[in-house]
Amino acid sequence: MRRVRDIEEARKRKGSLPGGSPGAGRWEREFPLRAVIADDGSADPAEVTVSDEQAVDLYRWMLLSREMDERMVQLQRQGRIAFYIGAIGEEATVLGTVAGVEERDWLFPSYREHAGALFRGMPLVTFVCDLLGNAGDRMLGHQMPCHEAWAAGHFVSISAPIATQVPQAVGAAWAARIRGDDMVALTWFGEGATSANDFHTGANFAGVHKVPVIMACRNNGWAISVPRELQTASETIAQKAIAYGIHGERVDGNDLLAVHAATRRARVRAAAGQGPTLLECVTYRVEGHSTSDDPRAYRGADEVEAWRARDPILRLARYLAWKKLVGPKETDAFRAEVRERVRRAVEEAEAFAPKPALETLFEGVYAEPLWQQREQLEELRAAVASDPRTASPR
Amino acid sequence: MPTMNIIQAVNDALKLEMRRDRDVVVLGEDVGKFGGVFRASQGLQEEFGKDRVIDTPLAESGVIGTALGMALYGLKPVPEIQFADFIFPAMDQILSEVAKYRYRSGGQYACPMVIRTPYGGGIRGGHYHSQSPEAHFIHTAGLKVVVPSNPFDAKGLLTSAIRDPDPVLFFEPKRVYRAAKGEVPEGEVVVPIGKAKVTREGRHVTVIAWGAMWHEADQAAKEAAAMGIEAELLDLRSLQPLDIDAITESVRKTGRAVIVHEAPRTCGFGAEISALVQERCFLHLEAPVTRVTGFDTPFPYTLESEYLPRAPRILKAIREVVAF
Repeated sequence: MRRVRDIEEARKRKGSLPGGSPGAGRWEREFPLRAVIADDGSADPAEVTVSDEQAVDLYRWMLLSREMDERMVQLQRQGRIAFYIGAIGEEATVLGTVAGVEERDWLFPSYREHAGALFRGMPLVTFVCDLLGNAGDRMLGHQMPCHEAWAAGHFVSISAPIATQVPQAVGAAWAARIRGDDMVALTWFGEGATSANDFHTGANFAGVHKVPVIMACRNNGWAISVPRELQTASETIAQKAIAYGIHGERVDGNDLLAVHAATRRARVRAAAGQGPTLLECVTYRVEGHSTSDDPRAYRGADEVEAWRARDPILRLARYLAWKKLVGPKETDAFRAEVRERVRRAVEEAEAFAPKPALETLFEGVYAEPLWQQREQLEELRAAVASDPRTASPR
Repeated sequence: MPTMNIIQAVNDALKLEMRRDRDVVVLGEDVGKFGGVFRASQGLQEEFGKDRVIDTPLAESGVIGTALGMALYGLKPVPEIQFADFIFPAMDQILSEVAKYRYRSGGQYACPMVIRTPYGGGIRGGHYHSQSPEAHFIHTAGLKVVVPSNPFDAKGLLTSAIRDPDPVLFFEPKRVYRAAKGEVPEGEVVVPIGKAKVTREGRHVTVIAWGAMWHEADQAAKEAAAMGIEAELLDLRSLQPLDIDAITESVRKTGRAVIVHEAPRTCGFGAEISALVQERCFLHLEAPVTRVTGFDTPFPYTLESEYLPRAPRILKAIREVVAF
């Protein structure tokens, strides 16, 4: 606790934003927080890498992401899904990166980038079926909510262990280079993951072999209850790139245009054989870690409110207003549209049978079931037939 | 027909599969320019280049993690873990990721790979160059586990493992890496995964072994024969999938089973085999199913001969089981 108090004191002294790093030091100057959208919504056209049409489109994606996250938390509170983990406040980081790479590029998610799966074509109803673990679940009820995979969109499978996806992304990008394909892998992880061995291992392997990978860190300030300052003594995450001999950048993760532009730069570098980029997106986890968490137990309301005022959706809205592309009336219409889309997806998803068929329990362990799985399926069928309570939770 | 040892057989299988399939890549610590500390990948980088025979940084989770990404993308990686004792830093990648990838993605993705690693004691290697960690992997659904005992099987099983659609742990018995020699055909050799081999027929007792301990069991069976005991010896070769039919067929004939492995006894794979035998051969059994194994200690240095379930201990068990 003493360490936490020290951090709070340091922040007050330096007047930096709560949840950010404790004041501008040498490394914050060397890795400046790059932004594109100014407070008044203006932007230097030379820095903007998205077309007007794309900017409006991404705005609608951000609204969809927000609506979905809010609605799914409600469903969890109502007991209709068991768990949810979303990206409220981090939409610009997720969508700015996924929109900044090419469609053929592979995505190695952590567990908050559901908007990335949807952006790559996963139907909303399929996503909700995954949350329900029902007969429409593409993962056959094998994983808990929010652990989707969408191979058609090169969105690989989500797991819960931290940072394991980082070396995997490096491997896929490496494989593409071996085959001579123009494919850059994008992987997401939180700042907490930078403490995990696989972050280090992945960055090191990628650096040594100049692998075309973009390592996007969603620095959202908190790993469940542990603040960013208790994850690393480094002033920034981006500076860690120096030790791996790779390129590092630090952007305002709540500024969609800044995230997009930085991702484009990283992709160009990767495709040109200049190796990986560690891209730190400074953002904030406005809500709890997941529906299983209550952040009031470990952080103050002031900090959260300060970040709510920096909402990435409002930020992009100001840009769109400055460009006279979208006004309040259009925003209202977009909101109504995404609300309806999510409502309909939930309705359609809930119409599926509540469980996948019994045999799916054994599907996909191996390419073909071994004798053990075949015998155990028969054993389970017989058990269910002799006592139906076998198939009910109580 | 050329005579090879296990190292040469492994090298030959890798070479042939790399020639046959451009997607096969080898990666690991010291596997490239040097050809591996046991020389299993000798000459491969010269023939196939640095893109397909990769010297990685020294981190096992990185070797397996990157191999997984390569496999997802469509390559067929054959990562080497220098000693099975050093596989533990990669356990998260193997158990949480590699083993579950097909299942957790609802069959959308798969990550077939062959993780080659020398295992086992008797080489004066102490704790960290001697262990037999096969049970950890058999206990994790989604992985296959293969252990050859001789050069012919090493070549044939490795070939099958590289062509297999699932991830395979390929444990190589380093104690007999060079000592086990035999005739191995040039060109393609395929030994199917999941088939045990009866290497000695007998009617009094079934001895079940694999890898380096097959050689000890074979010695014990020979000595038993001189005493008039006909032991049937089964080389399992593949632990997962397990050739349950070969085991039950033999034990139903002999009514007795002795299981040999060098890993510690408690929760070793012998415990699983013993349970399967009593479930399936209960009315045929004439004596308790018996295990001859390493002890429940870390692998020792000085007393490794005593620790290993070598022929004298196996022979003693065979005689006791037959006399029961």
